[in-house]
This record gives sequence, structure tokens and C-alpha cells, in this order.
Amino acid sequence: MIKPFRSALVLAVVALAFAFPASAQQKLKIGFITTLSGPQGVIGKHMKDSVEMALEHLGGKVGGLPTEVVYGDDQFKPDVGVQVAQQMLQRDQVDIMSGIIWSNVMMATVPVVTGAGKIMVGTNAGASPLAGSQCNELYFSTSWNNDQSPEAMGKFLQDSGIKELYVLAPNYQAGKDMVAGLKRFYKGNIIEELYTKMGQLDYQAEITALRAKNPKAVFIFYPGGMGIQFIRQYVQAGLRDQIPLYSVFTVDETSIPALKDAAVGQYEARFWSADIDVPASKKYVADFRKKFGYTPSFYGAQSYDGIMLIDSAVKAVKGNVKDTKGMVAAMRKANYNSIRGPYKFNVNHHPIQDFYLLKAVKDSKAPEGVAMRIEKKVFEDHKDAYYQDCKMKW
Amino acid sequence: MRNAVFWAIAIAALAALPPVAQALGQGFYIDLVRRIMIFAIAAVSLNLILGYGGMVSFGHAAYLGVGGYAVAIFAFYGVNSGPLQWAVAIGASALVALAIGAVSIRTSGLYFIMITLAFTQMLYYLGISIEEYGGDDGIRLKSRSQFPLLDLNDGVQFYYVILVLLLGCVYLVHRIVNSRFGMALRAAKSNEARALAIGFSPYRYRLTAFVIAGAMGGLSGALLVNHTNFLTPDYMHWTRSGEIMFMVILGGMGTSVGPVLGSFALLLLEDILANWRDPRWIGEHWQVILGPLLVLAVIFFRRGLAGLFQKNDAS
Amino acid sequence: MTLALVFEQLLNGVQLGVMLFLLAAGLTLVLGIMNMVNLAHGALYMVGAYFAITVSQWSGSYLLGAAAALVGTLVVGMLVEVIALRTLYQRDHLDQVLATFGLILFFNELMAILFGRFALFASLPSYLQGHIELFAGIRYPLYRAVVIIVGLLTAIILWYVVTRTRLGMLIRAGASNRTMVAALGINIRLLYTVVFGFGAALAGLAGLMAGQIYTVQPGMGELILIQVFVVIVIGGIGSIRGALVGALIVGVVDTLGRAFLKPMLGAILPPIAADTAAPALASMLIYLLMALVLALKPAGLFPARG
Repeated sequence: MIKPFRSALVLAVVALAFAFPASAQQKLKIGFITTLSGPQGVIGKHMKDSVEMALEHLGGKVGGLPTEVVYGDDQFKPDVGVQVAQQMLQRDQVDIMSGIIWSNVMMATVPVVTGAGKIMVGTNAGASPLAGSQCNELYFSTSWNNDQSPEAMGKFLQDSGIKELYVLAPNYQAGKDMVAGLKRFYKGNIIEELYTKMGQLDYQAEITALRAKNPKAVFIFYPGGMGIQFIRQYVQAGLRDQIPLYSVFTVDETSIPALKDAAVGQYEARFWSADIDVPASKKYVADFRKKFGYTPSFYGAQSYDGIMLIDSAVKAVKGNVKDTKGMVAAMRKANYNSIRGPYKFNVNHHPIQDFYLLKAVKDSKAPEGVAMRIEKKVFEDHKDAYYQDCKMKW
Repeated sequence: MRNAVFWAIAIAALAALPPVAQALGQGFYIDLVRRIMIFAIAAVSLNLILGYGGMVSFGHAAYLGVGGYAVAIFAFYGVNSGPLQWAVAIGASALVALAIGAVSIRTSGLYFIMITLAFTQMLYYLGISIEEYGGDDGIRLKSRSQFPLLDLNDGVQFYYVILVLLLGCVYLVHRIVNSRFGMALRAAKSNEARALAIGFSPYRYRLTAFVIAGAMGGLSGALLVNHTNFLTPDYMHWTRSGEIMFMVILGGMGTSVGPVLGSFALLLLEDILANWRDPRWIGEHWQVILGPLLVLAVIFFRRGLAGLFQKNDAS
Repeated sequence: MTLALVFEQLLNGVQLGVMLFLLAAGLTLVLGIMNMVNLAHGALYMVGAYFAITVSQWSGSYLLGAAAALVGTLVVGMLVEVIALRTLYQRDHLDQVLATFGLILFFNELMAILFGRFALFASLPSYLQGHIELFAGIRYPLYRAVVIIVGLLTAIILWYVVTRTRLGMLIRAGASNRTMVAALGINIRLLYTVVFGFGAALAGLAGLMAGQIYTVQPGMGELILIQVFVVIVIGGIGSIRGALVGALIVGVVDTLGRAFLKPMLGAILPPIAADTAAPALASMLIYLLMALVLALKPAGLFPARG
């Protein structure tokens, strides 16, 4: 009874396969994990909108396959990240995974994805173990290692001959990593290295103490709301024009809307900026502003780039995404128009890339009225400090 | 009677879940329910002191963290013996509970809530400043706890281990509550003055219950770390304490089915709403639905979800 | 460490304390009088900040925004009381905790839907910018000075209302014996709604002032909520005086800890130990303080009842 039906089905499948010889698969499913709920959801929104932008630019087809992106909310919790990943792998049967903002969520989730034999393309978190001893054949990053941006800032400060520095960061691992990265290249005198409470609201006490010491320059790492608070209060204290403020991961397109003029004059170090002179990036930024009405941040740029990297790999294996080896080999070539310009992957699957000094300036063309502008290139083809611990061979 | 029916159905359903899920190719549900059951153990332990002892601990996540750290630190140094790891996890949590309880139980009401919170916050800040064990980045477990005859890396085996432990904890709390000790504990909750008048000091009973609950919480911490293969001080964040408490309240305080029901209801609801695809805004703003649902649950289920299953308070 | 620096840090502590007081006052009123644990107090503070920013941006007037924050939170607070919380007064504290947690989720997400998750920009009118010269070269941001003055004025007005007016008399009577007040023919339901709205407006005032210093974002209320609970527990639940003293103590201890703990520890410990211990200890300081206070005075510094 069932047999004739089944053979008809087989026939149909065979016919379909011949009809589309290039694609071994009809559809591509990408699982994209980020933080969508809660206060941190703003970064998630930047990332999600950028993925949508990438899909639009690719005509809804990543690597030539009709694509569905399944979004997952990790709620900023490692155990939820793991759960969402498992869900995507088993329930949604995704072919490849991407996204993730936080180091701890990434470190917990990567083994789940790679353990299932799927590729993970990280588009933000830059945990050092994943660049070093815990590097994995199936894990790629289109962002950076945490230490690299402060390394660039350290190099810039060193080269500019700034003799002394006052350093502030939140008292948690990323804060300490950032300062360690800074110190790797900055050899001047650090007159104070102060770690503040995570999620602290009021910095007036720290700013008062800082002013009493009257340093030549200040370096901070205050991501998210902490940065908005610190900079507002720094400006209110009248220090903006007195003591130059250098930062990493503090002033970007997620915080500029809340800071506006208070951001003007801020120095940051980064691998990308919305004004970078790269055709792929110019197209991305222009279309993004038109579609969503705000300027994309590096969080978004990396996510856009992640989809483009996946696109290049799926094309290389002619749509046969089950060919993981072929996908990995294709990704290692980084053969696509990246928003940062051409780059190569290091042995640990982290980009070897340039880093720039950025400055926040008034810009009437930006929807926010203030934009980041590249001042100078600090590093050319910069490698992270951990790749030698990665035993991967290719 | 209703209780017995509930448990029979629940045990049968939970025991049947792995083969059914696998047959349907939905193995993911094994992981989801595993996580829920781990939080259910934490909720059951909190229910002992909150529901029966009247001690509203807003710091129960501390034991999740202590138990987790015990396992993870051993694993960090390459010691993967399950019995040792778990024994230390339970023992260390009991000790921490003893210290916190000894100070906290002198207070009551909102003061008790806040002081237990304060201790957990201190542990949390301690956790994020210990660089050796990854600070707030946490550490990855190279291997799950190793037991003779058991392989926790096998998701289904691990599932049944957790199920058995959950049922064991429920049974243990049931026995404790209905023992002479439990009577005294409940008596002290309903009327402290009378307890004193009868001639027993509630303090020691409460402290003992507090330590037992802490130890059980430590067990759930050990399980959670094994489940995620990952330790983070985030397990001790005050919102986690809140969530465990909400599970107990939502399910029904001072009932044996309540905490289990509450943890399933809360976490399943979260999962369903956060994965809502059509209309898509629900998936992004699921909390705007969950919030009012919680308010309604409080207003309409006077004794929690367990009130649906039970006519009176007999447990 | 000059005396002037210590004085300025003390002032910073007082300013933080004043912010905490505005939140603690409303919370402790509701807790002391209606016996209601309102976790959503932080959400009302957030609502106040959003009202202030949107109305002042829309109208171009900071004062109009300020008025909107006060009136808006008053109305929202009263609505919340009538719709959701009124039925919960007789219930267990824990039911209230769960229900008000539900309200937090709702309000946070509602703000995210209405305004997005972006942190909002709050502009400061020019007459509130700049600095004042305190003495001998110490410049203090004018806005922070204004916050201190507004906070202390609010404290005085509250003290006057509670101790010298008929409303205050009813409030005090309602707190000590609600059945008796009802028996005397007072509409206690209305009284509660008014008090709740009043507490909400205080939270709105705090939100209005916080908008210029802190980040206005969904979820901003929960960042400060725990500290506010610490304040009212130290001060003694239900006591306005306790809230003021508790807030000032917490503000000053927290600020001085952050400012001076590291140099002080550095004097007795090796530098590396001090570097690790100081920030961890500074984070824990207010919790240590609370544990200490409760160990000595289990009902806080100023127990309101019995």
C-alpha cells in the first residue's frame, strides 16, 4: 500500500534534485543568538537589524539558498544561551549558528554548537580562551579578541608620548583584560588603576578623586549604561576640556544617541567605524541608515559581516552545507567583501586586521548629529596575543 | 488523594519524556526539562524554609553558586570524581548556609529578606572578583562529574539522575515536614510565641532547616554546572534568587507539588513566549505578556497553582 | 588627602544619599502604611524619567517636563493601585512581591516597545549647567547642588505633611490601626490610593532628577532598587526619618568607601592585595553595613512600630 506512494516520493525528490543541480539543499537555516530582552537588548537590536540588512543585500538568499534566520534571546545568561542553542540545533535543525554578545555566554555555548558538528560564527564576544587554548576548528570570529582594542589604544598613547595615565574600569574580568591589553603596549606611568563596582550608577566620587590628582590623560573602559553615566558626569564636572579622555567599548553608536554633545571629543580605538573607506561598508552604512533611521555600530557591522562570511562559505560548497570540512576551508579564506576591507584569518580563526583611533565629532549627516570619525591607523594587520596557545593546524 | 494522583501522573510523564522526545526527534526537550528540574530542586529546597518555615530567603541563589563553584574548582584542577565533587558541593553549601542562617535568623520579615539578599550579594561580588576562576567570565568544565556505572555525558542518563534526585528531594522534604522536627518548624511559623511557651526555641529548628535547604540548594548548583558545563557567578545574581522564589510562590508555598509546578510553569512559559514567532513582536517583547500573567496568577490563584490540585493545605 | 577633598567627597555622598532618599521615602510610606512590598517602585521611577524626557523634548521646556514627571507618575501610580495592587493589601508579602515583579516586567517592556531600548538623551537647561564655587577653589557641579537642595526640601515638606497636617494624621493613624480609622468613617481605600500615588510621585521626582546623571533605559529602576531597600531596612521600615538617615548613611558610606578605601588599605596591605581587596570590599560595603546594623538593631535604626 505504502510502496507506490514512497516510490513516487523518491521520484519527485530525484526530479527536484535534477531541476536544481547546483543546490544540494533547498533551504538554509541560520540560528542567531543575541540578547533581545532587558536593558542590554539595544545591542541585540543593532545586531538583528544588521542581519536583516545582510539578508536584504543578498536578496534573501545566503549562498544562493533561500534563507531563514531563527533568532534566539539568551537573556544575558549563559545557561539560557546553552538552552537556546540546543533548541536551535534540535528543534529548528539550523545548519549554522552565529551571533552572541557576551564572553561568558559564548564560552558556554560554543562547545554545544561545535559538539553537534555545526559551525559557530561569533559576531562579538572576544573571550581570550577561545582565541587561545580553547580554539576550535568549527568556531570563527568576525570580531576581535577583547584585548586588541585596548592594545591599539595603548600603542596610540605610547606613540603620542603621553607620560602618565589614570585608568578606570569596572571590577570584573573584561575590565581587567582591557587594562592588561592597554599595558601590553603602553609603557608610561599609570598613576592610578581603579576598579569600580559593576553596574555602578554614580561616578562623582571617582571623578572628584581623579581631578584631585590632575592626571595628563584618562583611560576608561565602561560599556553600556556605565559609560553613558561616566561620560555625562565627567562632562558635567567640567573635565572634558581639561583632561583628555580615552576609552574602548564605551562610546559607540549605541551610546551616542544618549550622549549627543557630551560624546564630542571622545577618543576610542576600534577596528571599524561607520566612516571607514571600504565600499562594502559604505553600502552597508548608507542602506542601514535609510532603512532603520540610525547609524549602525560595530556590533551590527560584525553581524552583517558574519552573514557575509557564511554566504561566501555556502557558495564555495555549492549549497551543500552538510560539507562542514569544505565550509571551514572556505571560511578560512575569508573570501568576501568584508566591511573592514580584505583581511586574513589567523590560525585561531580570529581576524588579523587593522585598528584605528576614532574621535567623536559633530556630524550633521549622521541621524544622531554626532558620529565617530577615523583619525589615524594605529595597527596594521594586528594579531591577538593568544593565537600561539591555539594548537590548531591548517 | 489528589496529591497522589498528581505525582503518579507527573512521574510517569517525566519518566516517559526522553524516549518519546527522541522518537519524535525532539531531543531538545530532554535538555529543557533537565534544566527545569534542576531549578525545581532549588525551589523545593527553598520551599522547606519559605513555605514551611516562614523564612523568606531572598538569597537562595548563593547555594547554587557555592555548589557550582565546588564542582568547577575541582574540575579546574582536574579532579573529576563525582562523589567527591558533589559531597563537597553539598557540604560547603551547608556550611555557608550555617553562617548566613546563624546571623539572619535573628531577624524576621522584610529584614530577613534583605539580610539574606545582602549575604548573597557579597558572595556574588566575591565571585566576580576572583580572577583565578575566570571572574565574571566564568570557567568551562572540561568534563562533567564522573561516577562509577553512570555517564553524565549521556544526556538521557543525566536526565534520569536529575529526575531521581528531584523526587528524592521532594520526598525528603515531605518526610522532614511531617516529622516531629517539621511539626515544630511549622508551629514556629504559625505562632512563635506559642512555640516558645510550649518550651522549644524556634531558632535551632529554623537554623537546622536553613542548613538542610542550603545543602539541597548546593546540590542543584552542582547539577546546574554539570548541565551547562559552565560556571559563572551569574548563578548567584539576585535576580536568580528572585526567580527561584517566584517559582515557589507561583506554584504554591508550603505544598509539596507547588515548587515543582511553579518551576515548570515559569520556565516553560518563558520558553514558549520567548520563542513565539507569529506575531513576531511577542518573541521580542515576551516580558510584556509574562508580567501581567504573573499579576493575574497572584490575584486569582490564592494558594498558587497547587491550589488547583488541592482542596486543603494538607500536604 | 586634603580636608577640602574629604569635604567634597562628603558632599558627593550626601547627593547620592538624597537620590536614594527620594526613592526610599515613597517605598517606605507604602510599606509602612499599607504593609505592601512594592518592587515596582523602581518601575515608577523609570516612568517618571521617561515622562520628564519626552515631555521636555516635545515642549522644549524643562519645567513642563518636570511637572509631567510628577503628575504623570502620580496618575500612573494611582492607576496601578486601583487596577492591580488594591486587592493585594490583605495578602502575604510574597504574593505582593511576585505581583509587583510582574509589573516590573510589564513596565520595562512597555517602555521598550514605546521608546525602544536605546538609552535616551536628557538635555539640561542652561540655567542648571555650570559650577558653583564652594570655597577656596572647590568647584561643584550646579546641577548636583540643586539635587541636594531639592531632596532636602522634599524631606522637610514630607516631615511637615506627615506630622502637621490632617492628611499626615490620617496616614499615621492608618499605619497604626487601620480598622479604627475605617470605623471613624474615613474612606481608607481612597486614602491608600492617594498615599500610593503620592509615593509614586516621589519616585517620579527621583526619576526626573536621575535622567540627567544616570542612564534612562528600560530596566533602570532595578539597578537602584536594591540599594533603596538597603536604605529602608537600615533606617527602619515605615519611618520617613529612618529613610532620610538611612539614605544619607548609605550614600556617604558608599561614596567614602569608593574614594578612600583603596588608599587606606594600601597603607596596611601590600599593593597587590589592596588592589584586589579594595574594589571588592567597596562593592560589598553597604551590605556589610546593613548586616552590621541588623545584627545590632534587628528592626533598623528607627523602628516605626512598637
